[in-house]
Amino acid sequence: MPSSRHIERYVAPLEETPVAAVDAVDVSSKASSIWGDAWKDMRGRWLTWVCLVLIALIVVVSIVPQLFTHGDPSGAACQLPQSLNPPTAGHIFGFDKLGCDVYTRIIYGARSSVTVGLLATILTTIIGGIIGAIAGYYGGWLDAVVSRLGDIFFAIPSVLGAIVVSQVLPWKQNAFSLAIILAVFGWPQVARIMRGAVLTSKNADYVTASIALGVSRGKILLKHVVPNSLAPVIVITTVSLGTFIVAEATLSFLGVGLPSSAVSWGADISAAQQVIRVAPNLLFYPAAALAITVLSFLLLGDIVRDALDPKARARR
Amino acid sequence: MLWYIGRRLLQLIPVFFGATLLIYLMVFALPGDPIAALFGDHPPAPDVIEQIRHEYHLDQPIIVQYLLWIGGIFKGDFGTTFSGQTVTSVMAQAFPITARLAVLALLFEGVIGIAVGLWAGLRKGKIVDSVALVVSLLLISVPTFVLGFVLQYLLGVKWHVARTTVAPDAPWGQLIVPAIVLASVSLANIIRLTRASVFESSGADFVRTAKAKGLKRGRVIRVHVLRNSLIPVVTYLGTDLGNLMVGAIVTEGIFNIHGVGGTVYQAVIKGEGPTVVSFVAVMVIIFMLANLLVDLLYAVLDPRIRYAK
Repeated sequence: MPSSRHIERYVAPLEETPVAAVDAVDVSSKASSIWGDAWKDMRGRWLTWVCLVLIALIVVVSIVPQLFTHGDPSGAACQLPQSLNPPTAGHIFGFDKLGCDVYTRIIYGARSSVTVGLLATILTTIIGGIIGAIAGYYGGWLDAVVSRLGDIFFAIPSVLGAIVVSQVLPWKQNAFSLAIILAVFGWPQVARIMRGAVLTSKNADYVTASIALGVSRGKILLKHVVPNSLAPVIVITTVSLGTFIVAEATLSFLGVGLPSSAVSWGADISAAQQVIRVAPNLLFYPAAALAITVLSFLLLGDIVRDALDPKARARR
Repeated sequence: MLWYIGRRLLQLIPVFFGATLLIYLMVFALPGDPIAALFGDHPPAPDVIEQIRHEYHLDQPIIVQYLLWIGGIFKGDFGTTFSGQTVTSVMAQAFPITARLAVLALLFEGVIGIAVGLWAGLRKGKIVDSVALVVSLLLISVPTFVLGFVLQYLLGVKWHVARTTVAPDAPWGQLIVPAIVLASVSLANIIRLTRASVFESSGADFVRTAKAKGLKRGRVIRVHVLRNSLIPVVTYLGTDLGNLMVGAIVTEGIFNIHGVGGTVYQAVIKGEGPTVVSFVAVMVIIFMLANLLVDLLYAVLDPRIRYAK
């Protein structure tokens, strides 16, 4: 029976295919990706630009503070006779208890906040991302061990852990060691989110297709699973940058963060609260600088999350 | 359900041992002689040092010390502080105070946060919503200790409506201002969470159906919108218990409250290992149990989630 059936492949004659139908699918245009769509969405909101300009400004200030002030934040520039003096020309925020120019200290203080925040965020994202991706993708005993390990670090709150570690450290803290300590206790959060995202995307059709095509497991993980799981990690990254900056200020305020010789907003706030009754304005400037920095990263995180979520995009 | 709880409790065991071992190693394995810290500038005779070393098991390997300590915990013995008090008695003083503070803070952030979040979420885009959003962003971005000082200065020093510091026995009334400070960041997060999830579920099909059935607006909001929006909020409240205990370090420092946060911080600064590890161990247990409770609450709030097997 089967041999008697004649199978013939149907080929549509060229002149029958309407040209417009072919043209409607513009093959040569760039494929729209989740990142492209998100950026298109972000680009249209004025708040994005406010945040980006603020962040750019804060980063420039922390790289080259000399551009914004000619003074020195500490040392010879501080004259005790000027202690708590009100603002004068050239010293728009006045002087602190030690007679240092408050404006200059605010400008120079940006560096430690931004360095600790950025470094800790990068470290947590890399460590947490890699561990979470491997745990979620390979599963089994590896997942069980890594998840419990994450639980252990997660069970110790990071500020508390940082206080204990910095107290027993034999050397003086600097921005790098502080960032490492914060990252050691901060990675499980990123790992959990990455693991969850990988668990969802590893069962997607395109992964099955890649397995069928014979692509190796490692290559599937790197080329297909990880890029499609990055969105929630990016969101937590922008938000945690703000959190780490607050953590640095909190530790410096408690006296276990950067050494008192370092210029930092947390240390300035701590110094300002001792003189709050005579000069409440001294508390305002470093607190405002800190708040603006944290706020711009937080808002950017919100915007990125909205832009990456098609449901949220459709609602607006 | 019982099976699920049992399995989760079993999973907590390795985490508990891991976390306590980690903190134990961090506190005790690092350089610094606790005996020297104990006596300061006047070291005692060598044989006295030897005796104390033996008494505190300091002559044993670190892992043996850890096992001895953890064995003591299960017998209710947390060791003694350098000043001779038992750690248990220090805990008995500190934990009730911080528990009061945490209860007030959780109440404050739970009640006000959910109420404001619900109000803003139901009126998205209106003036209430915008005000709630701006206030919550400000609360998140201003660090707790700044808010603490500002409130302490304004309420305590300038307007004399509250005490600047709290009495040693920490009565409920005096803890209100510190609790507000402690809860501020979490309050803002809860407002944002509730607002977003109320807005999302108020547009859902089941809410439209409920309205179409002719249910009263109050019932639609209470039974259909709120119950479905609370899941992320409850998760947050549970994990927040850990944040509150750490936040207490700052808040208790500002208002001079002798609770868990203040005691831990002082113990770390003075290098009092036994106090630090014991307090952290108890905090880890509370934190883990709170997380377990949150997972169980899921099933109550969302009938679709069942921990059958």
